[in-house]
Amino acid sequence: TVNGKSATIEVEGRTLLVELLREKLGLTGTHVGCDTSQCGACVVHVDGESVKACTMLAVQADGSSVLTIEGLAKADGTLHPMQEMFREHHALQCGFCTPGMVMAAVDLVAKNPQGLSEHEIREGLEGNLCRCTGYHNIVKAIDAAQPLMHARAAE
Amino acid sequence: MNAPFEGIGASVRRKEDLRFISGRGNYTDDINRPNQTHAVFRRSDRPHATIVSIDTAAAKAAPGVVAVYTAEDLAAIGGLPCGWQIHSKDGSPMAEPKHPVLAEGKVRHVGDPIAVVIAETKQQARDAAELIAIELHDLPSTATVTDALKPGAGQVHDNAPGNVCYDWHIGDKEATEAAFARAAKVVKLDLENNRLVPNAMEPRVALGEYDRHTGDYTLFTTSQNPHVIRLLMGAFVLGLPEHKLRVVAPDVGGGFGSKIYHYAEEATVTWAAGKLGRPVKWTAERTESFMSDAHGRDHVSTAEMALDAQGNFLGLRVNTLANMGAYLSTFAPAVPTYLYATLLAGTYKTPVIYAEVKAVFTNTVPVDAYRGAGRPEATFLLERLVDTICHDTGADPIAIRRQNFIPKDAFPYQTPVALQYDSGDYFTTIEVAMKNADYAGFPARQAAAAAKGKLRGIGISTYLEACGIAPSAVVGSLGARAGLYEVANIRVHPTGSVTVFTGTHSHGQGHETTLAQLVTSQLGVPFSQVDIVHGDTARIPFGMGTYGSRSLAVGGTAMVKAMDKIIAKGKKIAAHLLEASVDDIEFADGSFKVAGTDRAKTLSEIALTAYVPHNYPITEIEPGLDETAFYDPANFTFPGGCHICEIEIDPETGVTSIVNFTAVDDVGRVINPMIVEGQVQGGVAQGIGQALLEHAIYDSNAQLLSGSFMDYTMPRADNLTNISVATENTLCTHNPLGVKGCGEVGAIGSPPAVINAVVNALKNYGVRHMNMPASPEKIWGIINAGRKAAE
Repeated sequence: TVNGKSATIEVEGRTLLVELLREKLGLTGTHVGCDTSQCGACVVHVDGESVKACTMLAVQADGSSVLTIEGLAKADGTLHPMQEMFREHHALQCGFCTPGMVMAAVDLVAKNPQGLSEHEIREGLEGNLCRCTGYHNIVKAIDAAQPLMHARAAE
Repeated sequence: MNAPFEGIGASVRRKEDLRFISGRGNYTDDINRPNQTHAVFRRSDRPHATIVSIDTAAAKAAPGVVAVYTAEDLAAIGGLPCGWQIHSKDGSPMAEPKHPVLAEGKVRHVGDPIAVVIAETKQQARDAAELIAIELHDLPSTATVTDALKPGAGQVHDNAPGNVCYDWHIGDKEATEAAFARAAKVVKLDLENNRLVPNAMEPRVALGEYDRHTGDYTLFTTSQNPHVIRLLMGAFVLGLPEHKLRVVAPDVGGGFGSKIYHYAEEATVTWAAGKLGRPVKWTAERTESFMSDAHGRDHVSTAEMALDAQGNFLGLRVNTLANMGAYLSTFAPAVPTYLYATLLAGTYKTPVIYAEVKAVFTNTVPVDAYRGAGRPEATFLLERLVDTICHDTGADPIAIRRQNFIPKDAFPYQTPVALQYDSGDYFTTIEVAMKNADYAGFPARQAAAAAKGKLRGIGISTYLEACGIAPSAVVGSLGARAGLYEVANIRVHPTGSVTVFTGTHSHGQGHETTLAQLVTSQLGVPFSQVDIVHGDTARIPFGMGTYGSRSLAVGGTAMVKAMDKIIAKGKKIAAHLLEASVDDIEFADGSFKVAGTDRAKTLSEIALTAYVPHNYPITEIEPGLDETAFYDPANFTFPGGCHICEIEIDPETGVTSIVNFTAVDDVGRVINPMIVEGQVQGGVAQGIGQALLEHAIYDSNAQLLSGSFMDYTMPRADNLTNISVATENTLCTHNPLGVKGCGEVGAIGSPPAVINAVVNALKNYGVRHMNMPASPEKIWGIINAGRKAAE
C-alpha cells in the first residue's frame, strides 16, 4: 500500500522507489536532491522505517506499506504534530528538503520515546541536508514536536 | 475579540508553508506535459580539449531516441549573453568570448555540454547519451588564477590574450600612494576567498514547450527571475519576441544566486521543443549541478593598510585576481568590481582607497554571484586585515574598529569608492553584539575550556553591505545592460480581496507572507484576503526578479507606489459617494472617511463601486481598481552589523566546533521578525560552511575533485549550533518603508568572524592568518607541528 491505498504497478527492474512514487503515482511531495544518497530529500517510511527512496528499488517495496509526506496528515486534513511544529517554528524556507526532513524527524522522534536532547536531534539529522535554514529552527521544531508526538502515541 | 495583528512587524506564520509541509509544493520537476520527451546532456569529462569528432549515429539509432543535437544543429541560434560589460583601466572593453549553448570546436571545462539526447524516457536518453562517440584532443588547462596568468599557460579563449578578461581599477591611486608614503605602519596580508558551490537543494530543471496552434513557446524553469530569462533567451539566444515566449518559475527550491543566470539547458529545451513540436524536459542530477551551476567566490588578493602612529586607517590598497571560470556567466563581471571593490570602505572612514581587480579565465565552471556576491569577499578581506593589524601591532580588535568606524553623525557618508551610505550605526551593533555574546566573559570561558584541554577562540567582524539592487542609471553607467527597477500590480477585486502580481520571485524568502503583510498594513485588507503571485511572465507585467536583497527594498516599494495609486483613486470614488471634496477624504485602516465626521466607506465598498459603476464619477475616472507601479530606487540600501563567533578546537583532531554565534544586524525596518531571523540564520550557516567546511577543489589539470555531496562538505545539523540573532535598525532614508534587506547579511558578516576566532584560538601556535576553509586537516597540522617543535 501507499499512504493506505493499495497500488499495483509494473516497473522496470532498475526503477527506484522514488521514481515510482513521483512518476507513476504522481506523489511529487517526495523530492530528489542528489544522486549519492546524501541529502535525504527523498525520505519516506517503508513498513514504519524511514528510508531514502532514491536508494531502494521499487521492486524491493513489493508487498510493503509506504508512507509519504502526502499521507502524513489525517484523512480529515489535521496536520501531524511534526508538520504543525515545522510551520510554527519557521523550520522551512524553500520547502524542498522539508518532506524528507519531516519524514526523517517523525521516525527519529517515534523511535526515541525517552526524548532527545538538542545535540541528539542534530546527530539524528545527519542524513538530511537543508541549505536554507541553518537547521536552527528545524531542531527547535523537532524538539517542540516531541511531547506532542509522545502524548499522541500514548492516547 | 480583536483580530490578530498581521501587518508590518508581526511574526505571521507563513502562507506558503501549508503546501510545503503537506507535499503539495509545485516545483519545476513536479510538472509534466502531455507527450513530453526527456533530455540528457553529454558533457565534457576533460577540462580543455579540441573536439576532433562527434559520432551520434549509434545514439540516434538507440531505442526511444527522438533526436540528438550538437552545436552544428544549433548554428542558427546565438550564444549565452553576458549582462554586464566592464571596461579595463585603459578604457578597452572586457574580453567577451562567445559562450555557445553547446560546445563549438572546443570544450573549456569539465561539465561543458557537448550534445543533447532527447528520448521518450529519461532512461533511454541516458543510455543513448553514453553511445555518442566523442574524440577529444587535450589542450593545456588551468584551474587557478595564478596558474592561468603564468606565461605559457593554456589559453582558454583565443580572443582573451593571457586569459585576462579585464584589468580594472577604482579609487585614487596617487592619493593612496601618498597615504602609504607617510604611514607610520603598513600591514600587509595575502589571502584567498575559497571557491564554493551554491548547492540549492533543488537541482536545476528546464521544461520547454511549443504550442503549434499559436506558435507560442513556454519555458518552465528553476529561476529567480523569469522575466530576465525571457529577455536574455528570447532576444539574444533564440530570437523570439517576448510576446511569443512565456517563462514560468513556479516553486523554486532555493537559489542563493545560482538560479539568476540564463543557462544553456534552458535555451536547448526551448529550442528543441519548437523543432520537435513536443515538450522537452531536463532535470539535473546533482553531479551535473556541481559541474554546471555557476560557482561562487574564488578570489586571490593582497591587501595593505596604511596606519598612523595612533592606529588610524590612512589608506587601503587592494589587488585582487578573480576567477571567471571558462565563460562569462550573466552577472559575473560585476561581482568582483561593483559588488566588491566599491565595498572596501566597509564600516570604516578610511580616507583613500585604491583597488585593482584582474578577472581571469580558467578551465573551470563559470563563477558568478553566490549569496552576498562580492560583499563577502570584501568583508573577509577587510575584517581579516583589521585583525591582522591587531596581531602585528598589539591593537585591541574592538578599540581599533571603534576608532575607525564612520561616526554616527557622518551620514549620508560618501566613501572613496563610489558609494554613498544613507544610514547606519556601527557603534550600536558592536555594543549590542558584545553584550549578547557576553564578550567580557570570554577569558573565563577560555580558561574553563583550556582546563578541559580545548583551545577556545573569539572573533569579531563588522560589515557593511550594499543591496536593494539597484538604481538603473547608476548601474547603467557602470556597465549593466539592464535596468534594475521593480514592478508591482495590485488588483483589488470587486469584493475587496487583493491579488498582488510582483516581479520579484520567492524561492524560500517567504514573499507570499511578507508582501501580503504590506497590503494588510497599507490597505487594511485582512491577511487571509491577500494573495501574492510571482514567477510567471504571462501573469505579471514585468520584473527583474530576486537577488541582491532587493525584493522588499525595490519590489516592496513598487507595491507601496501601486497601493498609493489605489488609495488616490479610492479617494475620488469615496468623495463622489460621500458627496465630499476629495481633499477632505482620509484613508486609514481600510476605510475612506470624510475628515472630522463618521461618514465612511470601506475599501470593499469602494471596490464594488469601482467594478459596478452605477453611481460613479464616470466622466472623471475609469471603472476598476487595479494599479501598476514601476519603481526605480534612488540608491542602494546599506545594511550593516556585527557578528561575533566563539569556537572551540579539539587539539587531538583539529576539529573546530562553533560554541556561540551572535549576529546583530541593521536591516532597516523589519516586516516579519520571524522571517528575518530565519534569513540571517540561514545566511550565517552558509558563512560558517564557507569558513569551516566548503571548498570546490580542482586538481592542477582542472579536474573537479569535489563534485558530489560525498566530496564537497555541506554544513549538516551537527556541524552547527544555535545562532543568536538580533537586529538594531536604522531606517533606509530613500524608500518609503525604510527597509534595507536581510537575505545576504548572514553570509557576508560571518566568515571573517569564524576565521578571526580560529586564528585567535591558535595565537600561541604562531598563526597570523588562515585561508578558508579552516579544515581539521589544516588546524591539526599546525597544532601537531607546534607540538613537534616544542618536543
